[in-house]
Amino acid sequence: MSAISREDVVHLAHLAHIEMSDAELDKMTGELDAIVGAIASVSEVASSDVPATSHPIPLTNVLREDTVGQTLSIDEVLLNAPDSDSDRFKVPAILDGE
Amino acid sequence: MSNYTDELVDFDEALDRYDPVLGFEVHVELNTKTKMFSDAPNAFGDDPNTNVTPVDLGLPGVLPVVNKTAVEYSILIGLALNCQIAEKCGFARKNYFYPDTPKNFQTSQFEDPIAYDGYLDIELEDGEVFRVEIERAHMEEDAGKLTHMGGSTGRIQGADYSLVDYNRAGVPLVEIVTKPITGAGKRAPELAKAYVAAVREIVKNLGVSDAKMERGNVRCDANVSLMPKDADKFGTRTETKNVNSLRAVEHAVRFEIERHAAVLDSGAKIVQETRHWHEDTRTTTSGRPKSDADDYRYFPEPDLVPIVTTVEWIEELRGRLPEPPAERRKRLKAEWNYADKEFRDVVNAGVLDEIEQTVAAGATAAVARKWWMGEIARLAKAADKDISDLGVTPATIVELNSLIEGKKINDKIARQVLEYVIDGEGTPSEIVEKRSLAVVNDDGALGKAVDDAMAAMPDVVEKIKGGKMQAIGALMGPVMKATRGQADAGRVREIVMEKLGL
Amino acid sequence: MNDLIKLSGTELAAKLRAGEVTSVQAVQAHLDRIAEVDGALNAFLHVNAEEALAVAAEVDAIRAAGGAEAQALHPLAGVPIAIKDLIVTKGQPTTAASKMLEGWMSPYDATVIEKIRAAKLPMLGKTNLDEFAMGSSTEHSAYGVTRNPWNLDRIPGGSGGGSAAAVASFEAPLALGTDTGGSIRQPGAVTGTVGVKPTYGAVSRYGAIAMASSLDQIGPVSRTVLDSAYLQELIGGHDPKDSTSLPKDLEGLVAAAEAGATGDLKGLRVGVIKELTGEGYQEGVQARFNESLELLKAAGAEIVEVSCPNFKYALGAYYLIMPSEVSSNLAKFDGVRFGQRVLPKEGPLTIERVMAATRAAGFGDEVKRRIILGTYALSAGYYDAYYGSAQKVRTLIQRDFDAAFEQADVLVSPTSPTVAFELGKNDNDPLAMYLNDVATIPANLAGVPGITVPGGLSEDLPVGIQFLAPAFEDARLYRAGAALEALLEKQWGHSLISQAPAIDSASIAQEA
Repeated sequence: MSAISREDVVHLAHLAHIEMSDAELDKMTGELDAIVGAIASVSEVASSDVPATSHPIPLTNVLREDTVGQTLSIDEVLLNAPDSDSDRFKVPAILDGE
Repeated sequence: MSNYTDELVDFDEALDRYDPVLGFEVHVELNTKTKMFSDAPNAFGDDPNTNVTPVDLGLPGVLPVVNKTAVEYSILIGLALNCQIAEKCGFARKNYFYPDTPKNFQTSQFEDPIAYDGYLDIELEDGEVFRVEIERAHMEEDAGKLTHMGGSTGRIQGADYSLVDYNRAGVPLVEIVTKPITGAGKRAPELAKAYVAAVREIVKNLGVSDAKMERGNVRCDANVSLMPKDADKFGTRTETKNVNSLRAVEHAVRFEIERHAAVLDSGAKIVQETRHWHEDTRTTTSGRPKSDADDYRYFPEPDLVPIVTTVEWIEELRGRLPEPPAERRKRLKAEWNYADKEFRDVVNAGVLDEIEQTVAAGATAAVARKWWMGEIARLAKAADKDISDLGVTPATIVELNSLIEGKKINDKIARQVLEYVIDGEGTPSEIVEKRSLAVVNDDGALGKAVDDAMAAMPDVVEKIKGGKMQAIGALMGPVMKATRGQADAGRVREIVMEKLGL
Repeated sequence: MNDLIKLSGTELAAKLRAGEVTSVQAVQAHLDRIAEVDGALNAFLHVNAEEALAVAAEVDAIRAAGGAEAQALHPLAGVPIAIKDLIVTKGQPTTAASKMLEGWMSPYDATVIEKIRAAKLPMLGKTNLDEFAMGSSTEHSAYGVTRNPWNLDRIPGGSGGGSAAAVASFEAPLALGTDTGGSIRQPGAVTGTVGVKPTYGAVSRYGAIAMASSLDQIGPVSRTVLDSAYLQELIGGHDPKDSTSLPKDLEGLVAAAEAGATGDLKGLRVGVIKELTGEGYQEGVQARFNESLELLKAAGAEIVEVSCPNFKYALGAYYLIMPSEVSSNLAKFDGVRFGQRVLPKEGPLTIERVMAATRAAGFGDEVKRRIILGTYALSAGYYDAYYGSAQKVRTLIQRDFDAAFEQADVLVSPTSPTVAFELGKNDNDPLAMYLNDVATIPANLAGVPGITVPGGLSEDLPVGIQFLAPAFEDARLYRAGAALEALLEKQWGHSLISQAPAIDSASIAQEA
């Protein structure tokens, strides 16, 4: 049984904001299914009494004093901008106007 | 789209059949010096994209570091909302793409908010108290600011493109989430307004936020659902976003109740969705329905480590808590000896701080109230400004009042002086000096003016001689005219009596 | 070939201090070598000749002037270094070997770069890698494959194939790498060089373009263990810009390497990880590994067998945690603030569609695969089964390490199950590619440090030996690694890298 359907991949590609052709979707579905099949074994040993580890080295309370530091100049801010207008970044419409 | 109807049911009628359930998510921007995760300035109104570091732009390779003051402010808010403070909590990433969100995820808290299980007792205008249960208060970061260009309205709909300013990106936020609020009935809109007002007042009182709703320092998302009177399950809710004034909160809740009732009455279902509030029409319109796009894929933020709160730390912070606003009001009302209605008016006018400071500066509570609720309120209304933005300080009032009590000026002149203060001409004393507004106390000049008036009105003089003292008032007009309004009415009265040997 | 380039970083530093050579000469020799062989290798994505020579000249001037400033120079001042192109640098492009960042100029320096500038190591340029460090072969670079100096038809390992190949081919004595699942150690193993993944947090990650934040670590790449020790001491230490940075500096790394070089390992307990030998490991790899164990034993080490039963779940856990973090870390590449923007070929021009087209065009297949896999592992309904379970496996692997380090001071295994494979061999089999990391991944999951040192040849290709130590005990790696290095070189009568064949630049030019 496949764990991952093509519809799943369509949905995931949408969530991840990656446009995919039909051919790519087909290929990705197969590969992902194989990978997930190979790694799903983790749930075998993950019993409820085992705590999760999110950070390999346990540190706590790494906090910064509330002191202002160096900001970027506007030239540095917009240095790599694909598009800008005066001192702001410019992006295409958020909503489809049609 | 047929579910979206602007048919409304009369409010009272709606609530004869349905019980409203409310819920609020209030976002409070903290007024720390720097941002939540970077040392860029947290400031309002600067030129676009000047308050940004590589972290705020989400440049490749950057890492966040938590602002200690923001954590302490969040704990203070939690304590003021009677919450439990988490012994250990962490940050999580909320993943979604939007151009105002530089990393395309928001660093927030998910399973373990810093504060949880609190409550706030909300006093309505007539004194009835509602307890609103607080589910959680968690730390997160604000997004940048999008300006929609092209199209006609500056709205997102119909815009050709948008411009992005990341100055606000990363500003510390505390999101305060209530548990579902039941039982408010017809007072739901009023409670909604009072709740948001109370939260705003608390964070302002704590000094952790500028708390200006018009600047977005306090923003409210209002959840509304209706359930039939005999039902035991909540109805489907809608979430009206960014209702950014107290009045709007009240109106938005009222509108949604009326709209929900109409939808339910028609036999249709409420769609769980985001609604947008429009201040101009006082209506909401449909945003986007909740969908799989809301799969935020939260997971623990690997770039930040957990926060552990010790008892000592929390108690140290508890020691910093100011008197809660409700208790303070109770105390001030007693100290000032105001009647219930007088006090309520003062509270509703939002001049509690001003009166308290004016009393502290030396005026009596009655004098302070007279000015702040009278002339200053009138001038603010005329100028369409907040009282606090007029530039009148408690010191102004104390000074004006002592000028009156010292008989340097009279009440009428004092009101004029106040206007000049607001115009920025200086302190009351300076203005009185500069404009030569001091009361005419010189008995020679005043005596002549009285003589002239008495000579011109022999009938009035006769009446006074006959014991009708209030007739002295008729002499005031000509005397004031002759002295350009600067005569002291009391002194005029004394001179008349002296002259008539009374 | 100029002999200057054959020197290790430490040897070159000594000659610079002694005034026998200048830094400008050393930098120029390496630039010449790059010009000579990099056409064949493609280890460098950018060569930073002008700035490197300027820094070298500055160091030479300071030395020539003498006095306090010369005295205060860092021991490695003037020794050139190559930088993996995942680490951001002012004044040089940083691409992460992705089309997405083609031409991107960082307005800030990574913390390790600030340290390298402060110590005045001339930066030769930026080295190739698998795109965003995702891969084990450097075949997934948007700017062409890097070839293994030992055999130009073989992969140089990955993701840091560029740094490893540069060091192995004498284009640079030192380089920086990043290691998320073995990206320093596995390329080190297959190119016959040394590479270290320090304890998680020992080196600041600020300015390393994040792949998987809870696994990534910057580390040294070199031809000798001592060089890596010097380099880790230089780049390590607490950084207030990285919340996961260790509060205390790790000390004594150079001293440990020097102590280890005596070849005396009396009293050191070396644990052989049962699960990381035998099946799946090439015969030649296993043979070299066994020989190394014999040498260690002869030098006084006590060899014990340890078992880490949960390591068999490490690969699965890694391929859930890593892509999950990847899917989030790489969301920022959307064509709004920096990088390439690509417009959709048809349909309405909305920001969402522009982002999707940008990411479709900017990311390569392997990156997309991992983003989609990570999006899946984190999505509603699957989180507990996948990401949640993987985090638990992480705990179990840490416990395995804890138990193993009760019995042994350091653990040892082959670094990679195979020698360098042929270019293109695993093109259509991502799963086979993932298996290359089986021995290196547990260290990243647990945060413990690891080193690879050359262990000999199999099929005329290098084999790497990996040591692992408890968190914060990086010094033990340098001691054990330097000892094995010294013992092997004594046995061979030369270093392994000195046996690398000459690079035949012409052959590649003809193929191309």
